[in-house]
Parts: sequence; structure tokens; C-alpha cells
Amino acid sequence: MSNWLEKHLPKIVLGPSFLAIILFVYGFIAWTAWISFTKSRLMPKYDIVGFIQYDRLFDSPRWEVAIDNLFIFGFLFILISMFLGLLIAIFLDQKIRIEGVLRTIYLYPMALSLIVTGTAWKWILNPGLGLESVVKSWGFTNFTFDWVINPDFAIYTVVIAGVWQASGFVMALFLAGLRSVDQEIIKAAQVDGVPTFKIYSAIIIPSMAPIFLSAFIVLAHLAIKSFDLVIALTGGGPGYATDLPATYMYTMAFSRGDIGQAASSAIIMMLVVFAVVVPYLYSELRNKNDQ
Amino acid sequence: MNSVNSTFKFKWGNHMFKKLVVAAVATSFTLTASVSYAGPKAEVLHWWTSGGEAKSVAVLQKEFSENGGSWTDMPVAGGGGDAAMTALRARVLSGNAPAAVQLKGPSIQEWYEEGALADISAVAKKNNWSKVLPASIAGHMKCEGKWCAAPVNVHRIDWIWANASVLSSNGFGMPKTWDEFNATAKALQAKGIIPLAHGGQAWQDATVFEAVALGIGGANFFHDAFVKLDKKALQSDTMVKVFDQMRIMRGFVDKNFSGRDWNLATAMVMNGEAAFQIMGDWAKGEFLAAGKVPGKDFLCASTPGEGFLYNVDSFAMFKVKGSERQDGQKLLAKLIVGKNFQKVFNLNKGSIPARTDVSLNEFDHCAHVSAADMNASSVGGTLLPSYAHGMALRGAQAGAITDTVTAHFNSKMSSKDAVAMLVKAIDNSK
Repeated sequence: MSNWLEKHLPKIVLGPSFLAIILFVYGFIAWTAWISFTKSRLMPKYDIVGFIQYDRLFDSPRWEVAIDNLFIFGFLFILISMFLGLLIAIFLDQKIRIEGVLRTIYLYPMALSLIVTGTAWKWILNPGLGLESVVKSWGFTNFTFDWVINPDFAIYTVVIAGVWQASGFVMALFLAGLRSVDQEIIKAAQVDGVPTFKIYSAIIIPSMAPIFLSAFIVLAHLAIKSFDLVIALTGGGPGYATDLPATYMYTMAFSRGDIGQAASSAIIMMLVVFAVVVPYLYSELRNKNDQ
Repeated sequence: MNSVNSTFKFKWGNHMFKKLVVAAVATSFTLTASVSYAGPKAEVLHWWTSGGEAKSVAVLQKEFSENGGSWTDMPVAGGGGDAAMTALRARVLSGNAPAAVQLKGPSIQEWYEEGALADISAVAKKNNWSKVLPASIAGHMKCEGKWCAAPVNVHRIDWIWANASVLSSNGFGMPKTWDEFNATAKALQAKGIIPLAHGGQAWQDATVFEAVALGIGGANFFHDAFVKLDKKALQSDTMVKVFDQMRIMRGFVDKNFSGRDWNLATAMVMNGEAAFQIMGDWAKGEFLAAGKVPGKDFLCASTPGEGFLYNVDSFAMFKVKGSERQDGQKLLAKLIVGKNFQKVFNLNKGSIPARTDVSLNEFDHCAHVSAADMNASSVGGTLLPSYAHGMALRGAQAGAITDTVTAHFNSKMSSKDAVAMLVKAIDNSK
């Protein structure tokens, strides 16, 4: 009896959580997909009518802005966060004295909630209260930095706030990666007289490829989920210029009583996530099989 | 021998015990059954949770318990009702809707179409609602001819508020036409005063837009465009002119208007930083709470144009089971349209009673103007539902119009492009 228990105990313990995930995550994803094919407005209806919600979605000018913003924000956010994170990690890796303190300072923004980040940056970027007025008071009366109220540039302010929050985290990932590179190879390269810059670009960074991938996956999913940052920073932007699919979905579901649209936009968001995650999973599983 | 005796005793004891338990349970059931009717009960879902609003709901609560009812409060704060609507949806789906819900405008008819509303025509007939409520307001409270909601108040949207000393020291009066407004605004701007205090949130842009549309297009245009969604009106030259005026208004707001809350804009008018604000009559509450006197410190007038844009708060009655809850619902409906509640609630909230026969002695000057205008426009056919505050259109269509208005206001879009986008967005939302 105890033998059987020992063999099956992990399954029994994980069972309830597993069932809960199947129901509440995958079951409700299926429910959302079902609703996205119906004419639901205020309350869910279950008669399938075809792709009309998707037609309406792609016809909507606001959704176009939201998807464009997702790609602009996602691309810039991931690129700049990784670059800054790598740069700071390399600088911190130079065996400096107060490394611990600096590391904490750079990592600290990640501990803040996105609402706090969004609100603080809203005040900093406000033309009348923040950066622009301070620089003007220093005498540079022609300085303007009103991106946050400019519909063409407002999305870049969201990028700034997001990068500030996330680059500390990326730095921590890369620092761990840098430290895990085999010291023998580096010593050998130094003995051969390879300049430091080349050591980094030709040896260390390529060996950290898996960490780049992890950082990319984490940042990508943060970017796609971005909701509280946008709401706190611009409230959807001047007009709806900083709308993202997540804020569009929330507005449709809860403010407009249009559940069908919300469901279809949620499914599109999920497909975008799949487009990022599935190739990664495929490559991981393939590597495992090769090994 | 002993064992047989003890077994016999035990069996007999057990049997008696069982009987005793059954008897006790039966008695307790009959007792509870006989005290089943405890009086009218009502569960009320609303989002009037801030200062003045909460005080106003407490008035209804007190009156309900004075009439023998038991009130279960279900306040869900925030989001202009978003969170409350989500809670409502959950309750309706689970088959246990609250008795009364704070709903307004077409949402009432939308919920009726989902089959969730009760019929309170009996209460309406007994209390003569059709005689004491204006016809257009009564229309919103009916679902396919049957009364399903009770109106609480009438807010007016198309007000323009001004700082009295800024206007008088510069020799201006309240503008009677939009051209006059533009001229006054330009002159004040040259003197360094912000002409229009505005908060760059979508609903505020929409509020200004519909006041401008009513003023420039007139009542019939407003009705065709924003109630009937008539394509000819939406694509007309008048609509282009409305967007032209909105572009001019954009030049009269200050640089930091984006995302500003409406009460901060009111504060700008109060301290003389800005001259005008276009906002509904809840702005009056801000002025009064700061101790300002209407007519002396601040001026109230209708925005240039003929008409009255209203926003009627109401309680929609949902289907509930059980005589207690149905009686509670009927009592609540009767009290809401009762003279006492209509007077006290609106004194606290800053709006005017929906009921036309309530004495306005204790109301201030601006409320008198509002009530007189409401009666005049009701007679003249210019009493119109506000689209920006959810009275004229359902959420999806109103949202589509607001999206276009706010995109135009915050960009350099041309009026013709805005009109094209408006028509496309409305078609998409149907």
C-alpha cells in the first residue's frame, strides 16, 4: 500500500492544481474562443454566427492603432531593455567596488508596481509639471518635451517608462549569465592578447545565447500583457493613441458591454503570444530530442 | 441475564431518542415557516460612493426603513459604473439579481432584452407617474410600454460655467452664440487667461462636442445624428462645421489639459486661472462645496444654442423571487418618485427633480434656471438625451462616436476626415 502511495503521491498532490489549471486556464480559453464566434453584447450568447466579430475587429480604427502600438512598443521595449541590460551588466561585471549597492539600485525599479511607475513617469513627463518645466526654469526656454500629450509620440513615453522598469531585471539575468561563463576560456583568451571588447563580443555574448532567449521571452510576455502601465501613464493616450490590445479588450468587455469584441481581441492577443512562444518551445523540444 | 437487560434498555433508549430528535426538527421547521414574511426587503446595487452622492443615497435608505423596509446596500465603487456593471452581470448570470440597480438610458432597455427586468407598471399607475414626469424622461423608464425603472433626477449637460470677476473685469458677458464665445475667448487668451478649462479625458471631450453640436446644428440635427444615427445628418456639412468649431476650441485649452480630471478644471475656473468650463451641473457641486456663490463668484448659463441635454439617473427594477423582495421593490419604486426623496436627494446632489411638481424653494439660482429650461424645452420639443452620458445611444455606438471625437480633438485631423471616420466607426459598432 505504502509502495503504491509513494509511487503515485506526486500525481495525487499535483492532481487538484492540474485539474484547476485545465479548467480555469484552458477551459476558459476555450470559452472565450467560443464567445468570439457569437454575437454576444451585454451577456454571453452561445449561438455560433461565424467570423463577424473578427471582421468588426479588423475594421475598427482603434484596433489598428492598438496592434500598431503593440508592435512598436514591443519591438522598442525588448530591444532597448536588452541592450541597456547587457550594457549595465557588462559594466557591473568589471569587478568594481560597490557592485552590490549598484546592483540593488538598478534592480529596484522592478520591485515597483507598474501603476507606481506609470504615475511617477506621468508626472515627470507632464509638460507643465515635470521635465519640460524644470529645464525651462534652468533658462532653456525653448526646450519642449511634450511627447506625452502628442498622439504621434505618446507611445514612446510608454516605452521609456517600461524600459526603466524592466532593464534592471534584464541586467540581473545577464549578470548571472556573464558570471557563469567558463573562466578558463577567458583566461586563455587574455593570455593570447585578445582585447577586452573582442573577448566580450566573440566569446562571452555568444555563449550566453540561452539567456538572451529567456530575457526575450520574459520581456515579450510583459509587453503583450501591458495594461496597468498604459492606464497609469496615459489612460489610453491622447484620444486613444496609446491604446494596446489589452486596454482595448478591457474597454470592450467592461465599459462598452461588447463581450464578443473583447473575446475576439483576446484570442488575437493569444495568437500573438503563440507566435512568439511556439517556435521557442519547438526549438527547445527539438534540442532535447537531439540530446 | 444482565446483558439481556442492558441490551433491552439500550434499544428502548435509542428508539426514544430518535423520536425526540424527529419531533424537535419538525417543530423548528413549523416555527421558521410561520415567521417567514419579515417585511419588504430590497438589495440595491449602485456606485454612489463619494461624499455628496453617498449622502444622497442615505436619504433613500432612511426613508425605506422608515416605511418598514429592510435595505441591503451593495455599493460598488469606481470607474463610472464599470465595476458595478461587472458585478451586475455576475449576479444576473447566477440567477440572483439585486432588486434595484443604478442604470440609465438605453442600458435599461438592453437589460430588458436579456430578459432580466421586472414590470412595475402597477406602482406607476397607482402613483400617477405619467402625469408628474416629462414625457421624454418617462419614455426612458419604459420597456416595450411597461414601466421598468424609476427616475431619480435630471442632470443638465450643456452648461457653461464662468468666473464672474474675470468676465466682468474684462467687460464680457456670458456668450449667446458660438461666434461670441470664440471672440471672447480670443480676447481673454491675449490677456494671458486660459479661455477654456478642460480635462483631456474622452468623456469630457464628448461632453464639449455634444454641447457644440447642439448649439451649431440645433435640436433636430442633434436628434437625427445622435439619437437616430441618420447617415445624412452624420455626413452633413453641419457636422463638418461642428468639427471645425471643435478644432477652434482645441486652441483655447491650455497645454496640460491631457488626462486632467474634471474637478481640477473646475478649480481652474474658481481661482481665475481660466474663464470658462463646459461641464454638466455636477460642477455646481464643486463651486458650492468651495463656498462660491452663484451669480456673484461664478456664473451659470446654457451653452450657446437652443435645447437641453439631459442625463437622468434611475434605478432599474430587476426580476426577483419571493413576496418580500417583490414588495420591497414596489415600495422602493414608490419612494424614489415620491416628492420628499426627489427634493432632498437633488438638494444634496446638485441636480433637479425628475418630478415636475416638486417645490423648488430651497434650490439655488442655477437649479431654477435648469428647471425652467427643462419645462420650456419639454414643451418646445428640444429636451434631448445626452449621447456623451449614455442616454441617447447604447455603449458600443456612443463609444464609437467618442473615439472619433477624442481622436480628432487630440490630433491635427481635418474635419472632413473626422466625419468620414465617424460614419465608419458607427457602422462598425452596429
